[in-house]
Amino acid sequence: MEEQTIDKTVFETGEMVLNMGPQHPSTHGVLRLKIHTDGEIVSKIEPVIGYLHRCFEKHCEKLSYEQIVPFTDRCDYLASMHMDHAYSIAVEKLLDVELPERVEYIRVIIAELQRIASHLVALGTFGLDVGAITPFTWAIRDRERVLDLFEALCGARLLYNYIWPGGVSHDLPPKFVDRTLEFLDYFDPQIDEFNNLLSTNKIFIERTADVGVLPPEVGINFGVTGPSLRGSGVDFDLRKNEPYSIYDKFDFDVPLGEGTMGTIGDTWDRYYVRVLEMRESAKIIRQACAQLPDGDVGEAIPKKVRPAVGEVYGRYESARGDVGFYIISNGKNIPLRVKMRSPAFCNLSVLGEIAEGWMISDVIAILGSLDIVLGEIDR
Amino acid sequence: MDASLLERFDKDNIVVEKLDTLINWSRANSQWYFQFGLACCAIEMMAAAAPRHDLERFGAMPRATPRQSDVMIVAGTVTLKMAERVKRLYEQMSDPKYVISMGSCSNSGGPYWQYGYHVLKGVDLVVPVDVYVPGCPPRPEALLQGLLELQKKIKTETPLRKQA
Amino acid sequence: MTFAEIVKFIETKAPGRSSIIEGKEVVLVSPADWSEISTLLKNESEVDFDYLMCISSYDKGDNKTFGAAYNFYSIKRQHYLEVRVETEDGTTIPSVTNLWKTADWHEREAYDMMGLQFEGHPDLKRILLSEDWEGYPLRKDYKEPDYYHGIPVPKDKSYWE
Repeated sequence: MEEQTIDKTVFETGEMVLNMGPQHPSTHGVLRLKIHTDGEIVSKIEPVIGYLHRCFEKHCEKLSYEQIVPFTDRCDYLASMHMDHAYSIAVEKLLDVELPERVEYIRVIIAELQRIASHLVALGTFGLDVGAITPFTWAIRDRERVLDLFEALCGARLLYNYIWPGGVSHDLPPKFVDRTLEFLDYFDPQIDEFNNLLSTNKIFIERTADVGVLPPEVGINFGVTGPSLRGSGVDFDLRKNEPYSIYDKFDFDVPLGEGTMGTIGDTWDRYYVRVLEMRESAKIIRQACAQLPDGDVGEAIPKKVRPAVGEVYGRYESARGDVGFYIISNGKNIPLRVKMRSPAFCNLSVLGEIAEGWMISDVIAILGSLDIVLGEIDR
Repeated sequence: MDASLLERFDKDNIVVEKLDTLINWSRANSQWYFQFGLACCAIEMMAAAAPRHDLERFGAMPRATPRQSDVMIVAGTVTLKMAERVKRLYEQMSDPKYVISMGSCSNSGGPYWQYGYHVLKGVDLVVPVDVYVPGCPPRPEALLQGLLELQKKIKTETPLRKQA
Repeated sequence: MTFAEIVKFIETKAPGRSSIIEGKEVVLVSPADWSEISTLLKNESEVDFDYLMCISSYDKGDNKTFGAAYNFYSIKRQHYLEVRVETEDGTTIPSVTNLWKTADWHEREAYDMMGLQFEGHPDLKRILLSEDWEGYPLRKDYKEPDYYHGIPVPKDKSYWE
């Protein structure tokens, strides 16, 4: 009998480099991923960033302290209020100004509303990434209500320029507190519905549980912060650890990943921490609304921001993590150097580490759970 | 369909019109747009497609690939690193193709106009633009108006005549 | 630990290798001593700086002195430290990528924006700008190019008229 010869090379697999982006619907903007794969299995990922580098730090060296606020807005466009707040806190530290109580309360209310809005987009688009379209429409529907509040507050939907060094641009409009509480009454049950729709959905759990586990020590070593690190069970939230503004006056919990559906620190945990954080934000807003004092919001705004020679590193817990502003002043009204520590920048750098060995479709899920905003990564 | 055209269906369900009008009518009301978010404006584009503003009622539907889309909405800041990609994506679209430049950044560089060493000062430097939507970022309503303006523009075209 | 305690600790472990900048809570380390001090900050369990928050490059404006400011935080012990390493143009700073992985991208960014050279970095290349970009934008004497790949990068809009 003639021996059958099989060309064995047919079954051999080889490494292939797959390019994803910069235009790709699931990269949340203009991120490019160079994915080295062997079949479906990813062996290495190199994120290529910089497609949205808008020279933020150069602008800071050319513009006065007040003029920088619109540019911080545009860094993290899903959480503009957080960026303004972070920058303002850093400048105020440099100027050493005392803020009126009312300003601090307003800022906290606004920042927590913004956290809800930002997390809603994160959760909705994460749903889109893993193939669920309805959660996205629900999340955007609820987010529009937050944007309505912001629009009443300062006239803008997305980029607000509301929080200034030394204060806020306007006082709250009439009935703002009532409308905020009304929104929260509407929103609390919506979180349960959202959980029913997506969080406990069998298909969703299959896609996310046990996938892309981020061990806590790896996360810290890579500088991962925010909900992505808390999903791994690390209790690190600047609002608790180093309370800025007036966060020490409120009673709230820091949700941590517990491995409910799989391992601690998996994609589902990172996702679910955000859902729980929205509840905590609602809790903070209710307390702040109840204690809101009267006062003039503009009295501490300096006529001219001209800090003394020196430098400051201001930290802030934004929706994505630990934002830092390193400002060097040389005594003029224009800073010598502003460096922004972008949380999503560090969060993205861990992708290559945790996505290794998973399938390409899992990479999408892992990337979605890190909740990146390219405006802030590239600056 | 134009109201004037509808009114002319008074009897026998027959209306006499140029073939151009029919082609333009079908093109204008089915503008599948290229889901191409660059920066902040992409979030407003997303909001425009989402429940409240519902871009889809004008026949506009997001596509993820340039080969299936009719109109490219350049939503956000185009950087120099991205400019060549934008051009390539435009070239990959099949004719007839249109471009809506959404927001100040892609219109003219926007706030990054003066010191942005890495920002393209207007997407019209690399691709031809049909409609400019001003704003930083434009509201979703402004994008809707931009799309309607594009529809108006398409209806004035003469696709069957040879281009000069 | 307070700043004074951390400085005292560094002084006992590595005498004479670091100094304090006058009137500031900042430790200044020369590039030659930086790899020793950084290992100390990471590995000694008393200080235990497990989290490198930020590396900020800066240009002093005299066209010669460049620096990097390292902001550390310890999640376990909840204390904070700022270290600066200053260098002249052309000399290198030892990389800390082997201690903190987050330094990888931060150092690449400092190289990209300010032209700082990090010795021992596994893959020191541009991160935000394209590979073929010329110059380091955040240096004070940077001049933007007139054209990039044939696309104008103008300051004025005279070609609009």
